[in-house]
Amino acid sequence: MSSTLISNYFREANLPHIWCPGCSNGIVTRALVKAIDELGLDKNKVTVVSGIGCSSRAPGYLDFNTLHTTHGRALAFATGLKLANPDLEVIVITGDGDVSAIGGNHLIHAARRNINITTIVFNNNIYGMTGGQYSPTTPTHALGTTAPHGNIDKPFDITQLAAAAGATYAARTTSYHVNQLIKYIKKGIENKGFSLIEAASICPTYYGRKNKSGSAVKMMEFLRDNYIDIKAYDKLPDDKKIGKETMGEFKEITLPEYTDEYLRLIENLKGAEK
Amino acid sequence: MSKNIKLMQGNEACIEAALMVGMRFYAGYPITPSTELAELSAEKLPYYGGKFIQMEDEIAGIAAAIGGSLAGLKSMTATSGPGFSLKQENIGYAMIAEVPLVIVNVQRGGPSTGLPTSPAQGDIMQAKWGTHGDHPVIALSPESVPETFELTIRAFNLAEKYRTPVMLLTDEIVGHMREKIEIPAIEEIEIFNRLKPIEGKEYLPYKIEEGDIVPRMASYGEGYRYHVTGLFHDETGFPSNSSENAELMLNHLMSKVEDNLDDIITYEEYMIEDAEFLIVAYGSTSRTARSAVKILRQEGIKVGMFRPITIWPSPEKRLREISKNIKNILVAEMNLGQYVYEIQRIVKSNSEVYHIGRANGEVLMPSEIVTKVKEVL
Amino acid sequence: MNSHVEIRLSGSGGQGLLLAGVILAEAAIFDNKNAIQSQSYGPEARGGASKAEVIISDEQIDFPKVISPDLVLALTQIASDKYSKTVNQQGILIVDDSIELDGNYNYGRVIKVPIIKTAAEKVGRSIVANIVAVGLIAELTQMISRENIEKAVLSRVPKGTEDLNRKALMEGYLLAQSVL
Repeated sequence: MSSTLISNYFREANLPHIWCPGCSNGIVTRALVKAIDELGLDKNKVTVVSGIGCSSRAPGYLDFNTLHTTHGRALAFATGLKLANPDLEVIVITGDGDVSAIGGNHLIHAARRNINITTIVFNNNIYGMTGGQYSPTTPTHALGTTAPHGNIDKPFDITQLAAAAGATYAARTTSYHVNQLIKYIKKGIENKGFSLIEAASICPTYYGRKNKSGSAVKMMEFLRDNYIDIKAYDKLPDDKKIGKETMGEFKEITLPEYTDEYLRLIENLKGAEK
Repeated sequence: MSKNIKLMQGNEACIEAALMVGMRFYAGYPITPSTELAELSAEKLPYYGGKFIQMEDEIAGIAAAIGGSLAGLKSMTATSGPGFSLKQENIGYAMIAEVPLVIVNVQRGGPSTGLPTSPAQGDIMQAKWGTHGDHPVIALSPESVPETFELTIRAFNLAEKYRTPVMLLTDEIVGHMREKIEIPAIEEIEIFNRLKPIEGKEYLPYKIEEGDIVPRMASYGEGYRYHVTGLFHDETGFPSNSSENAELMLNHLMSKVEDNLDDIITYEEYMIEDAEFLIVAYGSTSRTARSAVKILRQEGIKVGMFRPITIWPSPEKRLREISKNIKNILVAEMNLGQYVYEIQRIVKSNSEVYHIGRANGEVLMPSEIVTKVKEVL
Repeated sequence: MNSHVEIRLSGSGGQGLLLAGVILAEAAIFDNKNAIQSQSYGPEARGGASKAEVIISDEQIDFPKVISPDLVLALTQIASDKYSKTVNQQGILIVDDSIELDGNYNYGRVIKVPIIKTAAEKVGRSIVANIVAVGLIAELTQMISRENIEKAVLSRVPKGTEDLNRKALMEGYLLAQSVL
C-alpha cells in the first residue's frame, strides 16, 4: 500500500523528487520507509542523516528528523547524534562515492566502533550529481567522464569492507530484489550495532548512457540476472563466476555496542569523586 | 565561603569553564598543543553524564560535535593549526545551518606541521576567512588563564545566543602556562541556553519569532521532525536556490552578528587617556605589550595599549575613534602580519600603522617592542 | 629576595622539574602572591636537557616567560652547560655537586650541594631529588612560607608518597641551612 507509505512517511510538499527517470533511488528509499513501517518505529526518534550526492537528497523527502550534511561526513555527524542521544534510531543514507571515497575513513571507524547506526549505501557505481565521473566502485574498464579511456582503478566491495572493519551486520542486495532489500534493512535496524546494507543501484542517465548499458529496464534486468547469493556463488565453478556479482548476508554477529559501553562507563563512575 | 583559588593551565581552565557552563559533548582529534582539552574532557565528562569521543580525524571531530549540538547538548571541539585547516568546511556548515558550537584553536607555528610545540598567532585570518563564502565570525582571544576561563563561558553563551560556531583563539603560551585563577561559584556564572520552540505554536525551524535574534532550536528526537541542510534554505529548513531567498538568508546570517556588535565585542584599553602612541596586541602578545608600555612610560613616553578581546568582529568603531588622536600605531602579533591589515582598514588615514611580528616559535620580548616604538618615534 | 623573582629549573626529562616548578608556583599562590609556571615543550618526553620556569611576584605578572633568571637550578651536567650561565649577576646558581662548572663565567652566587645524593642516600629515593631541590630553593630564598610549601607538595605528589616527600623537603631545608 504505497499510498499510505507516502502519506505517513514522506514530506509530500517536497515531492516530486529530483531524481532522473529510471533512477533506482526511489525504490531504495521506499524500501527503507517500508522497513521502518513494518518495524513500527517511532517517527520522532528516527533520524536520517546523509552526505552529498543524488541519494543523499532522500532525507529531504522523509518525514523524520533529517540531516543533510557535508560530502562524505554523514557517518561522523551521525556518530555525534547517536552518542549524544542514544534513543535516536539513526539511519545513514549515502552513495558509493560519499561513503567509500571522501567518507571512507568514517565508514571504517564507525564500523570498528560498532556504534548502533544503520547505513544504507545506494551504490550506482558513478558520481551522478556531478555528471558521471568514476567512483571507487566503478568497475575496471568501465567508462566515466573522468575515465574517458576506460577506468584503470579496481573497485571496492563496500559490504566486505564494512564487514572487515567491524560491522556486525553487513549485507548486499539490489534495487531489483526489493523484498530482500526490505528484509535486510529491517535486520540492519534491529541489529544493535553497526549495520551496512548495500543496494546495488542503477544510474541510466550517466553510467548507463556512458557504458551503453541500455534502458533502465535493461539495467534492472542486469541486476536480476547477474547478482547471485554468496552461498550459491561459492559453489559455482570458476568459469561460471565470470561477470557475476554477489549478494546476501556477509556478516551477522553480536558484539558490544559503542553507546551502550559509554553509558555503562558513566554508570560505573556514578557516586565516584569527580 | 572561602575563595576557590587555584594554579591552573590555560587548557585546564577552558575545560573547567566549559563544564560549568554546561558543555556535555566533546568530539575531537588529538593535536598538540590542544591535547589537554581532549584528555580532560575524556576524564571529566562522564561524571557529568556527558559524552566524549575521540574521532578518526579532525573533520569527523567537528562533524560529530555538530551532531551532538543538534541532539541538544552544548558541544565543543578543539584543535590547533593543521586541524583548524581541516575543520574549515564544517565550520561553514555550522554557520549556514546555525548550529551552536565552540571551537577552540590553541595556535601553534605554521604553515603545515610547522612548529607543533611552539606558540604562534598565525590563524587570525584563517579564523575569519578559512571557510568559503560570506559569513560572520565570532572569535575571542584570551591573554591569560583566568581570561581563558571567562572567555570559554562567553564563547558558549554567544554560540547559544546567536546560534553560530564561536572560536576561542588561544595559543601555546596561554594554553600551557599555569597561572593563578579564582574559580567562581556556579551561581556567579551567567549561563545562556538556546531558546526552544514555543509550545503549542507551529514550528518552522528557521523562522525567527518576533523579538528573537535567531530561529528557535528544537533538538532531534523531541518530536519536531525537521530538516537541516548545508544548502541555502528557507524558513521551513528545506533547500531553496532562489536568489531572493539566498539574499534573505545571508542577510540574516550577517545581521544577527552585525546588528549586535555592542553585545559581542569586548576590548581592553590600557593607559590610552593621554597616549600619543598606541600598541595594538591581543592574546598572549598583549602581555609583552603591556610590559613594554610600562617600561616606556617610565621613560616618559606617552604610549598605551588597545587589546581586542573579541578579535572578530573587530572592535572597529572604538578603535577608529581612538585613532583620531593617535599619530602612530604599532601592531604586535606572533605572525608576519595578519591583524595589522584589519587595523589599517579600520584607522585608514588617521594614524600611521606599523607592525612587529615573528613566526619562528619565539615570543616577542618587551625589549623588542620598546625598541620598535623608539625607532618609529 | 626581590618582589619579582624569576626561576629556571633545569635537568633531564623525568627528574620531575616540571612538578617542582608547579609546586613552587602553587605555594606562592597559597602565600597570596602571583605566580606563573611554564615550560618548554619538545617532542621527547624523557632525557635531554629540560627546563621548567617559574615567576613569582607581588605584582601582576605581564610577560609570562623568564627573561633574566634570579635563580637557576641545574641537576645534570648537560643542563648546567646549557643554562648555568643564564643566571643574572645578582642571582643564585644552585648546582648538584656532581656538576663541573666552567670557571670562565660570572655565575652570581654559586651553591654547589649534593642534591641527588641527599635524595638517594638520606631520603632513600633519588626520584625525590626534585622535592629536595624545592626545599632547598624555598629555604634559600625565603620567598614562601614553609607551611604553604608543604601544602603544595602534598597536594601535588602521588597518594602514598607523602611521608617520603615530606622527608625530602626537610632534607632540602637542611641542605640550605648548611650553606647559609
